[in-house]
Amino acid sequence: MASAPAAPPSPAPVPAPRSSRGRSTLYRGTEGMWSWVLHRITGVGLFLFLLVHVLDTAMVRVSPEVYNDVIGTYKTPIMGVMEAGLVAAVIFHAFNGIRIILVDFLAKGPRYQRVMFWVVIGLTVVLMAGFLPRHLGNVFGGGH
Amino acid sequence: MTKLDATDLPAPRARRTTALRGGANTELIAWLFMRISGVILLVLVFGHLFVNLMVGDGVHAIDFAFVGGKWSEPFWQVWDLLMLWLAMIHGTNGVRTIINDYAERTGTRLVLKSLLYLAFVVTVVMGTLVIFTFDPCPPGSPADLLPSFCAA
Repeated sequence: MASAPAAPPSPAPVPAPRSSRGRSTLYRGTEGMWSWVLHRITGVGLFLFLLVHVLDTAMVRVSPEVYNDVIGTYKTPIMGVMEAGLVAAVIFHAFNGIRIILVDFLAKGPRYQRVMFWVVIGLTVVLMAGFLPRHLGNVFGGGH
Repeated sequence: MTKLDATDLPAPRARRTTALRGGANTELIAWLFMRISGVILLVLVFGHLFVNLMVGDGVHAIDFAFVGGKWSEPFWQVWDLLMLWLAMIHGTNGVRTIINDYAERTGTRLVLKSLLYLAFVVTVVMGTLVIFTFDPCPPGSPADLLPSFCAA
């Protein structure tokens, strides 16, 4: 009749799933992924600010007093710091967009995408180094 | 049963004569638009930031008289109008892409995109009207709040 049930298979060593940490894929956790993540986050942030910015500028149609009151909130220290973040987001998004175009259209673009990400970061830092002293001087210093 | 002849099949790499949906390939147009408008926006937005935040007293100099001075010149009207339209289309298409990526239910996508397109229409119409119906010298306003040319 039926033979004795086969012994349960001995726990064969199952290979551990690939760790999500570490460089287990070409993409995850590397420059390409962070470029994509930052592009999305800065993009959504800039779009939301754009809606607010068109609305606050529309106050020029109400009266000079109302517009000056609203734009006055942009000159406070807290808003001044947020503007610096906004400008940094604009610069990163702009240069990273150029990087995306080069990756798409240049034959050697994909090969240099990682280097180009660091060029984008470098350009952002350099332009911010030029902008920050001027802007923070206007916000915190005299300039009134 | 009809016998399927090998010649009935399109050649493997044959160019598809019609797009998947719709006539024109709208996703290709959207993809191309993001790249072209992105380059133009880089120039427009960097120029906008430089003139408004770097020159002179930067953010401290921005008030009604400053805006009135800029929009009395057709150059800045066209600059800001182009920036408004391109940035709104570019941003709306970007957010549309993100909604398509993350909103998995059809109803959720429909609601989010309806809100998005509503915000697009309201913002673009309002912004365009503001640029072209703006009066730099509204009657009855204190002269010290207005551009200097209003006194003349």
